[in-house]
Amino acid sequence: MASLIACPHCGPRPKEEFTVRGDAGIARPVPDAGEDAWYAYVYLRDNPRGRHKEHWHHTSGCRRWLVVERDTMTHAIYAVSDAGTQDASTRGETA
Amino acid sequence: MRYSAFSVFLNALRGNKDWKPAWRSPVPKNHYDVVIIGGGGHGLATAYYLAKEFGVTNVAVLEKGYIGSGNVGRNTTIIRSNYLLQGNNPFYELSMKLWEGLEQDFNFNAMVSQRGVLNLYHSDAQRDAYTRRGNAMRLHGVDADLLDRNTVRQMLPFLDFDNARFPIQGALMQKRGGTVRHDAVAWGYARGADSRGVDIIQNCEVTGIRRENGRVVGVETSQGFIGCGKLALAAAGNSTVVADMVDMKLPIESHVLQAFVSEGLKPFIDNVVTFGAGHFYVSQSDKGGLVFGGDIDGYNSYAQRGNLATVEHVAEAGVAMIPALSRVRVLRSWGGVMDMSMDGSPIIDRTPIDNLYLNAGWCYGGFKATPASGFCYAHLIAKNEPHETGRAFRLDRFARGRMIDEKGVGSQPNLH
Repeated sequence: MASLIACPHCGPRPKEEFTVRGDAGIARPVPDAGEDAWYAYVYLRDNPRGRHKEHWHHTSGCRRWLVVERDTMTHAIYAVSDAGTQDASTRGETA
Repeated sequence: MRYSAFSVFLNALRGNKDWKPAWRSPVPKNHYDVVIIGGGGHGLATAYYLAKEFGVTNVAVLEKGYIGSGNVGRNTTIIRSNYLLQGNNPFYELSMKLWEGLEQDFNFNAMVSQRGVLNLYHSDAQRDAYTRRGNAMRLHGVDADLLDRNTVRQMLPFLDFDNARFPIQGALMQKRGGTVRHDAVAWGYARGADSRGVDIIQNCEVTGIRRENGRVVGVETSQGFIGCGKLALAAAGNSTVVADMVDMKLPIESHVLQAFVSEGLKPFIDNVVTFGAGHFYVSQSDKGGLVFGGDIDGYNSYAQRGNLATVEHVAEAGVAMIPALSRVRVLRSWGGVMDMSMDGSPIIDRTPIDNLYLNAGWCYGGFKATPASGFCYAHLIAKNEPHETGRAFRLDRFARGRMIDEKGVGSQPNLH
């Protein structure tokens, strides 16, 4: 993991200020989506070696939820954005 | 060549010029009955038991690096079978029994040392939980002793018994638990498998899996195509990468776990001691270095290196448990990639593809399981039927609500 995360609100901050939540690429199914969709949502993960989007919370800063796109092999961070500005699928909602 | 005190003596007289490599470096054949992806502890143990117990010798183990470069050489060498749940306990006890006879079985000195594993408890509730665990172990025929504060104090006088946050009230001890020299485990299984005809092919990375009519026919590798009758995955932290080659999505995330060794010290820690409340555990190697670790860093990672924040946390927890550690210098630290499953328990099972088998999801408990994992996986591959102690480790248990959640934290892999 890189040493700094560039928070869109606070600027580059040490990553110890942040708390990881996990995969930001999984979308919560509608309540009656069926067992297969819920199984996939709760248990299955892409777990890529390479580019990966994750939810991180800026716990010791602005306390906003962020989406951090980073590399799980090299630890490079490609992009950081506020989770509230993401499109519906990465906010964890489906139509 | 069979190793013995006599062979050591004889070779010494001859100036140690006649020792042979412990295994060959063969050119891969065009086709094997069984190809195992992953030459770690589990892959090598699987090949060994396939050849020795089930008579399947036309086997290749493909390793992308060299033998011992992955998690089998990156763990903290602890063995134990102090599990609570029914699906887990008989399996880990089988592993413990195999450890107890392993050196004679594969004729290699793995330095199996049953020095005892102590889990410290710090509250009435934790004592009750450990009492329950100990009773469950004894009901399964596993040894367990609940020690009170004074007994622990006599054994481990250097602990901080009056820690303000986590005062030590006692410990649950498994006397048969202990440590094993992990490199020797890899080498012993490799040598045992090789001498029975298994080809161990190092520096051979699998880049693709070829399928025809819904069956696996072979693997594309950095050393060319290798055909196979059955394909067995044992790729640990890289399980997802290999499963992606057959479009199989797994209930697994890869996380990094760090471990540490201190400078050599005179003997002072006789056992393995765990401080679960503070995320720290320690033992002392035969060379004198303290071998210790804590929890995973917490984010997905395929890099075999971790973060300084975790190093600091582990060091703080260590000093909280043993104040004398504050003056000990750390010699080395390293990271291994853990295949963290969604309930903290492993998977040894068939897959939706007929001749493809899966062994994955060991979290950070894979080393102690090496013999039983190899034995059960070999049984599954040879007979196409699970071994009775590995029956619960099914791939579909998540969909069926049959999780084996030893820690009880749900489908949050970085908490297991």
